[in-house]
Amino acid sequence: MVEIGIVYDRVRWEEKVLIEASRKHGLNIKTIDLKDVYLNTLNEDDKIRQEFGEVVLQRCISYFRGLHLTALLESMGVQVINSFNVSLLCGNKLFTTLALVKAKVPIPKTLVAFSEEGALKALDSLGYPAVLKPVIGSWGRLIALLKDKETAQALFEFREEMHNALMQIYYLQEYVKRPPRDIRVLTVGDEVVAAAYRYSAEHDWRTNVARGGKTEPCPLTDDLADLALKSSKAVGGGVLAVDCMESPDGIVVHEVNNTPEFKGLYSATGVDIPEKIISYAIRVVKR
Amino acid sequence: MPDDVISGEIVSCPDCGLDLEVRFDEKGALSLKPAEVEGEDWGE
Repeated sequence: MVEIGIVYDRVRWEEKVLIEASRKHGLNIKTIDLKDVYLNTLNEDDKIRQEFGEVVLQRCISYFRGLHLTALLESMGVQVINSFNVSLLCGNKLFTTLALVKAKVPIPKTLVAFSEEGALKALDSLGYPAVLKPVIGSWGRLIALLKDKETAQALFEFREEMHNALMQIYYLQEYVKRPPRDIRVLTVGDEVVAAAYRYSAEHDWRTNVARGGKTEPCPLTDDLADLALKSSKAVGGGVLAVDCMESPDGIVVHEVNNTPEFKGLYSATGVDIPEKIISYAIRVVKR
Repeated sequence: MPDDVISGEIVSCPDCGLDLEVRFDEKGALSLKPAEVEGEDWGE
């Protein structure tokens, strides 16, 4: 019998439905709250598999907890969805961008600087308005719309005062003129499972559902599906949410998410996403 | 408290709105503790 581990540090709706889907499959599930365990880096492979299963769905809400756990488990021969390399790439917007560029996936124009001075020079080239994003971050946190140079200077001053090394990386993107929505596409392995429009909450230009954005079904055209799959493959594949925007020049990909939340997608499309993910995990074990 | 609540799930106090994490011990006894505050690396 296939043994699947679902590791989390908080049980959200997504983790609950994944556990239910595992049970429906008659799987032997191991549910592990990462806050309750410790691991020995010299752990014997058999013991770790007894504790975590043959394949682990890594669902930690904390990116760094999940990343470090994945490194530990993979070093001990346990397969993790998603892999360490995928998690590392997707967790950093710059690394994701570089992978997408290498795969010739269209992205918004993106410039990177390493100081306030460099960032201001980059903005002179990029023009205003522009978007400033932290290289590591989620749920729209610390994403700022830079309407003009004065706004940029003020925000950069705040960033410098945060004394956070990652704030020295200025990831700047063109502001894409798009409808007040973006598109999220969920890929599970080689399958494009579902797509939804995410509309910004009132008075917010960011479309994250975490910020009150709303979802509606999005037609899964061949072009959109191809783009999502290409983006997924660019970062190494797995269970991924590819976020896109409808730019005047066509669809561009701005993010690939590693431990996607999918309640909005599920509500909008009715696709049995947990079933798709668990079936994929079973296939990974049997490979 | 939902009937199908599981360990690690978050519930809100109906009186003060505080987020609480549900915990079950080895014997199945339920306890509640304040949920972790959102970390700067939380999310997708």
